[in-house]
Amino acid sequence: MPLPDEPAPVERGETVPDERGGSGAAVARKAPAVAKRDATVIVAGGTSDSHTWNLVFLQLLLEELGFDVVNLGPCVPTELLVRESLAHRPALLVVSSVNGHGYQDGIRMIGKVRERAELRAVPAVIGGKLGIEGAQSAEQLAELIAAGYDAVFDDGAEGIASFQRLLDSLPQRVLT
Amino acid sequence: MSGGGFGSYVRRAHLAGDLVVQPRMGMSDPALMRAGLLATKAAAGRTVGTVTLDSYTRVNDLESAGLALLEGVPLNGYPIVSHDLETTRRVLDGIHGPDFPVQVRHGSAAPLDIFRALLRVGLDASEGGPVSYCLPYGRIPLRESVRNWSRSCELFSRLRELGREPHLETFGGCMLGQLCPPSQLVAISALEALFFHQHGLRSISASYAQQTHREQDLEAVFALRRLCAELLPGTDWHVVVYAYMGVYPTTPHGALALLGEAAELAAATGSERLIVKTVAESVRIPTVAENVAALEHAAARAARTERVADGGGDSQTYAEAAALVSAVLNLDPDVGRAMLLAFQRGYLDIPYCLHPDNQGRTRSYLDGEGRLRWADIGRLPLAGVVEAGESRTVSSGELLGALSHIRWKYDDGAIAAGPGHALAGGAA
Repeated sequence: MPLPDEPAPVERGETVPDERGGSGAAVARKAPAVAKRDATVIVAGGTSDSHTWNLVFLQLLLEELGFDVVNLGPCVPTELLVRESLAHRPALLVVSSVNGHGYQDGIRMIGKVRERAELRAVPAVIGGKLGIEGAQSAEQLAELIAAGYDAVFDDGAEGIASFQRLLDSLPQRVLT
Repeated sequence: MSGGGFGSYVRRAHLAGDLVVQPRMGMSDPALMRAGLLATKAAAGRTVGTVTLDSYTRVNDLESAGLALLEGVPLNGYPIVSHDLETTRRVLDGIHGPDFPVQVRHGSAAPLDIFRALLRVGLDASEGGPVSYCLPYGRIPLRESVRNWSRSCELFSRLRELGREPHLETFGGCMLGQLCPPSQLVAISALEALFFHQHGLRSISASYAQQTHREQDLEAVFALRRLCAELLPGTDWHVVVYAYMGVYPTTPHGALALLGEAAELAAATGSERLIVKTVAESVRIPTVAENVAALEHAAARAARTERVADGGGDSQTYAEAAALVSAVLNLDPDVGRAMLLAFQRGYLDIPYCLHPDNQGRTRSYLDGEGRLRWADIGRLPLAGVVEAGESRTVSSGELLGALSHIRWKYDDGAIAAGPGHALAGGAA
């Protein structure tokens, strides 16, 4: 998962490569030529997490890949996440957290989402710095999956690539 | 000004020629928290202590904070409202005093319970602000945050009736951590300082977080000092510099080099205090030992740094910051109401900030020299002050590049200077 405090999934250098490795100046105008997918992704920060750069980045990335994005911002209360998910029926739900409470917050959030029959099949993923001590244990990752996430992107350089592979695998239409 | 408090300690250190250095430290375990304070106190350098609160307390989710204590789940800070009074008193006992003041750091837009809790345990220094602890940080409407902070400041300033001097620091100079142009950081920091003053505080510090370009940062700190002198007569004020708050270098060498530059920025501008970052910052919450190493590194670097004279005249950063401050203050004599109106009209507007009370019309970028500049001023009252540029669309890759610029610069510098060793203990 792309995070402010994470090694960037792009080449190093003074100019700024895009995700596919092409190089461009930091301020150059770009015209991403991506087909609209007619699918909405909900992006949410953890309930106690005030960080936003991760959410801003995810929104831009998802929009470039053709998704409509509902960015719920930081500190998302569980009820709000459930309400917005019911209203938008997203193709994907993304919880992103970097404050170290992602594991606890994330389990509670997905639990409430999965309680609703209408939301049981919505693909949901979580990623970021989920604990206060660096990498997650295999046990914690397994618990997040057991709680209802379809994938967990632990803090690491591989995160963005595998997240993009997941996005590519999503249907190019609205899920109902 | 009256003695004994946080502000007067910093003033005395400054008169003695020392930069006060301070960690960002908070652990939920009382014994660890006490050990962290003791280690900070014992570090080489003029230090003050920090109790940083956890995220649940910050968002008033006291149920989750309390539950974590019951279950022994470690939090990312010290839950001062949930720990009982005696526990916190024992944490501070024999440590906190006139020779070692302790500041409570939180990040709450609804901080009244936090202020009550810190007053009960005899603490008298904190930080935040109605804008800087609201807009980037959560969902509470700005109007509510202004109201909450007004009440909290009024409660806190009543310590003065007891002969104590409460101290508050603005967080406005750190908005979003990175990519907010320095002039707006300076303006919001100065406005929050004035807000504290209007609500009775007389010992105030104004923050500024190191950004991406040394000369621009020098301009910004001098601009902030000049605005504080203009806006805060009869107040014991100082400036606190924060080591870079954005995406931090991952190599020990790169992290220390960036921290060293922050210490230099603080000392060169005659600033009084510095909040440090550690070599672990990019991967996890740092240990006590890592914090002590950062404090000592910064103090030593500051001691070797020569003062730089303010060039005088209006720098670009001062011109922009002064234009923002005066446009805001012209909206209403009450600075809280003035700031609310300013965000409604887009006179203050934080780039990339997702909060509904922020218009979000402004954008920033890094120029070829690494200066942080306006790509789009939206409705900021800066026409004629900032050259109007073509507004730009920023891609996710470009944003990530701008966010990571400093990490790359310092890590690459570190690699060029010789192979660093990988930092143990975190995900790479």
